[in-house]
Amino acid sequence: MQLIACPWCGPREEVEFHYGGQAHVPYPDDPGGLSDEEWAHYVFYRDNPRGRFAERWNHSAGCRRWFNAVRDTATYRFERVYRLDDPKPLATELATSRRNTAR
Amino acid sequence: MTSPFRTPQGGRVDRATTVEFTFDGQAFTGHPGDTLASALLAAGRHQIATSISLGRPRGIAAAWAEDPGGLVQVEEPFPEPMLLATTVELADGLVAHGLPGQGRLAEIPDSARYDAVHHHVDVLVVGAGPAGLAAALTAARAGARVALVDEQSEAGGSLLAGTERLDDAPALQWVAAAVAELADHPEVLHLQRATAFGSYDDGFVLALERRTDHLGAAAPRHLSRQRVWRFRARSVVVATGAHERPVVFADNDRPGIMLAGAARTFLHRYGVLPGREAVVFTTNDSAYDSALDLHRAGVRVQAVVDARPEGSPRRREECERAGIRVLAGAVVTGTRGVERVTHALVAPFADGEVGAGSAIACDVLLVSGGWNPAVHLFSQARGRLRYDAALGAFVPGEELDGLSVTGSAAGVPDLAGCLADGQRVARAALSALAIAPAADDRLPAAPEPVVPSAPLVLWRVPDTSGAEGSTSFVDLQRDATVADIARAVGAGLRSIEHVKRYTTIGTAHDQGKTSGVLTSGITAELLGVPVQDTGTTTFRPPYTPVAFAALAGRDRGRLFDPERVTALHDWHVTAGAVFEDVGQWKRPRYYPRPGEDMEAAVLRECAAARTGVGILDGSTLGKIDVQGPDAAVLLDRLYTNLMSSLKVGSVRYGVMCGVDGMVIDDGTVLRLAEDRFLVLTTTGGAAKILDWMEEWAQTEWPDLRVHCTSVTEQWVTFPVVGPRSRDVVGAVFPQVDVANEAFPFMTWRDTTLDGVPVRLARISFSGELAFEVYVNPWYAVAVWQRLLEAGRPYGITPYGTETMHVLRAEKGYPIIGQDTDGTVTPQDLGMGWAVSKKKPDFVGKRSFARVENQNPLRKQLVGLLPVDRRTVLPEGSQIVEFRADGQLPPPPVPMLGHVTSSYRSAALARPFALALVKGGRSRIGDTVHVPVNGTLVPVEVTGSVLVDPEGARRDG
Ligand SMILES: [Zn+2]
Repeated sequence: MQLIACPWCGPREEVEFHYGGQAHVPYPDDPGGLSDEEWAHYVFYRDNPRGRFAERWNHSAGCRRWFNAVRDTATYRFERVYRLDDPKPLATELATSRRNTAR
Repeated sequence: MTSPFRTPQGGRVDRATTVEFTFDGQAFTGHPGDTLASALLAAGRHQIATSISLGRPRGIAAAWAEDPGGLVQVEEPFPEPMLLATTVELADGLVAHGLPGQGRLAEIPDSARYDAVHHHVDVLVVGAGPAGLAAALTAARAGARVALVDEQSEAGGSLLAGTERLDDAPALQWVAAAVAELADHPEVLHLQRATAFGSYDDGFVLALERRTDHLGAAAPRHLSRQRVWRFRARSVVVATGAHERPVVFADNDRPGIMLAGAARTFLHRYGVLPGREAVVFTTNDSAYDSALDLHRAGVRVQAVVDARPEGSPRRREECERAGIRVLAGAVVTGTRGVERVTHALVAPFADGEVGAGSAIACDVLLVSGGWNPAVHLFSQARGRLRYDAALGAFVPGEELDGLSVTGSAAGVPDLAGCLADGQRVARAALSALAIAPAADDRLPAAPEPVVPSAPLVLWRVPDTSGAEGSTSFVDLQRDATVADIARAVGAGLRSIEHVKRYTTIGTAHDQGKTSGVLTSGITAELLGVPVQDTGTTTFRPPYTPVAFAALAGRDRGRLFDPERVTALHDWHVTAGAVFEDVGQWKRPRYYPRPGEDMEAAVLRECAAARTGVGILDGSTLGKIDVQGPDAAVLLDRLYTNLMSSLKVGSVRYGVMCGVDGMVIDDGTVLRLAEDRFLVLTTTGGAAKILDWMEEWAQTEWPDLRVHCTSVTEQWVTFPVVGPRSRDVVGAVFPQVDVANEAFPFMTWRDTTLDGVPVRLARISFSGELAFEVYVNPWYAVAVWQRLLEAGRPYGITPYGTETMHVLRAEKGYPIIGQDTDGTVTPQDLGMGWAVSKKKPDFVGKRSFARVENQNPLRKQLVGLLPVDRRTVLPEGSQIVEFRADGQLPPPPVPMLGHVTSSYRSAALARPFALALVKGGRSRIGDTVHVPVNGTLVPVEVTGSVLVDPEGARRDG
């Protein structure tokens, strides 16, 4: 069972968290102005990369705050957690972490 | 039975005490400190069972959890299958019998208790052998918070099995001093009989502690039998030792054939001789220790058969001094005997070729093919392994952060090296945690290691028996042989994972502790590839079997899932309510009177609510307090209809949809103030809708000044329902004018009862005149009884969820999640009136405009009336229609939809149903069919509102 570092509470057991899917998919400014296809892209389409993925997480059994994280979908490793109002980290900002079991 | 194979002295057993046990119906004795295996061997018994598919006799082949032979079922003190004789500690009164590969679960409930403990440490050391003890001492001396767990009954690891010396004294004296020192550190937890069986992410390690089994009938009742320790360690040190590996040869499975190191363990730890006449077959130096020790203990060692061309010059000399014959450049090619080995067949061996052999009589044949580091916990943590060709074994192949491997688990060969490596690894772990080592961190003086002659890697001896490998067993538990591996490779399998699944090697309860690496080696040989390329199969938890009862711990029965009860629960129980589970809630489903079944009770309860007055405990209804200057803005964006226009003091029904436009919940909203709303959700939707509101407020509209709080458990809710409800509520709350003009439908009023605040709301989920009464749960029973008292003249009738469902279904009110399934829009439910045309946007609005959501053939909510006026359609039934010619279409018959709710109606005096039907509203008046028990029941499609479609009853 992983530890996930809530930006507000610190490291907590993964069972305290809920997954919220891909991050940085904002609600469209003018849904009425979108074509059906554009709207369907917002509603249904998400990336599914192998490797780094910016995701939304909710510390639902803790402080109940939402936050974003960059996680490697191949290793499950959280490489960065950040607040919703922080920009998405650039790949160059992320350290190449060693395969590990701690922290 | 006597114990002729017990040595006169020595061993770790308590010879002063004798315990009695029964095996296969026969009485035996042993001593505390014995395992079932050592006590049986002391009696001269090797055979434990027969094998799973071939029925061949099998015996004790190892001394601990790696044993592939000695599978037993324990009957007393409590039935438990699939244990190993080598790991069952002897206790007085133990009753067990051998198992041919498969056990039987107890048929009586397990009365033992199991529990779990969370424990957080700086350093967790797994294994209390020399390396583990050295690591634990180093960490403890540095002041770190340490846990040391070990699976045996006492600390010492390999030192328990030998005659090593430390600080010029028996090594176990150092072990005792180390254990005593650890006990003096308040931050050290030291557990024996605790097997670390799973290693997971971020230093999470599970261990199973066996707390009472070794005490037998004397076990204190208050102790849990087993405990799962959930360790979270900043650093894990794996010091789990190594498993000896056999060499495969023909008929290598007979009782009396045993790993060489195991024989040494039985001798030194338990004071038991494995036999009288031994042959030792080895590929390395370690088995010579067994040969020499057994010789000194009085066993006649017939020969040491060493597969290496030159053997080991140094050890040969030792043997010759003792008068033990050494046959270098020779192998054991087979055995004789049925229930016990009687002869080893020995032949010269050079360049992979076996020469002509001879038989040597023996009653025990000891085998050593080298040692496999126990890398399970490292590998479970996704550490990569590397094949060490010199050792003929897989060793940790990389460094992991937060988990390190030490001692023989890391391939360190000797005692001095293991001690030093344990200290080194612990210091590295402390350094990573910024903990300074202690100034005095002394290791005991170990004898200078002697460099052994290089081992030979030999997986199998060529089969000269004519059986073509079909009696050369690789996995004794699965009866899987070299011939099976050859068949797998012959079938074209290349991956070791496929070979495992084809042959089932490694899938038995020992998970391939002795067979796994052999399989890799033999498969590589057959494929002609390096062993490194073949690799190993994946190591998965648990390391040793763990009972489900232990994993469940206390989370069984009523504690499996929390039960939520309302403040009135005891009243419901006394009233004889039949309960149903709604999520975690216990809700009264109906209140049967003597002689009533559910149908009769529900018809009575429904009639009371439609003709007199009924009362429901609706406290489980979800309640969310939404506060803040932008509360109305948030609700406008989340509900399909307008909430900002709601007046303080009023109530509005609303529907919420996902972004896909599908209904996710519905309920009423009370405006308590300009900046405050009370949102009511379905019982099942309470948590989900709070999550939903918070998600949008935090992630999309953080600028909104609004807060949402669950108040579900802060208010009980009692709908008082029926034409006489006004009389009842008026009588209990005289300060409130309950007349329709003063207190109209969809409004709420605050009042008090004996100084206690009470809120009343004209909300109806039945179509009847109704008042919902809200009060603090502390006063729930008192208020409920006042209402019952006031309702007595009108025959007030408590009703449960079943009646609630019938009443609402008669009015066509859908239950979200029962009449909907996540593919239903408000329009499909006939609730287009609840969708705002004025609001520029709200969640789900854009999706309503999608072409598919405009399709007139979408499934729509309608009513169904069985034409026979008798059949209650089973919920979930499919709906079909006949062709114009009165025949069913050919299969597959198109499905029009399904029945979502179905009840018997007192008001209609007939059964009815709600259903989702393709283009349902355009079919009103049509007859369609529902298959029920093999016959097609004709049903009339109607509007969804079957009782009081004009809404004439809601104001009384
Ligand atoms: Zn948090």
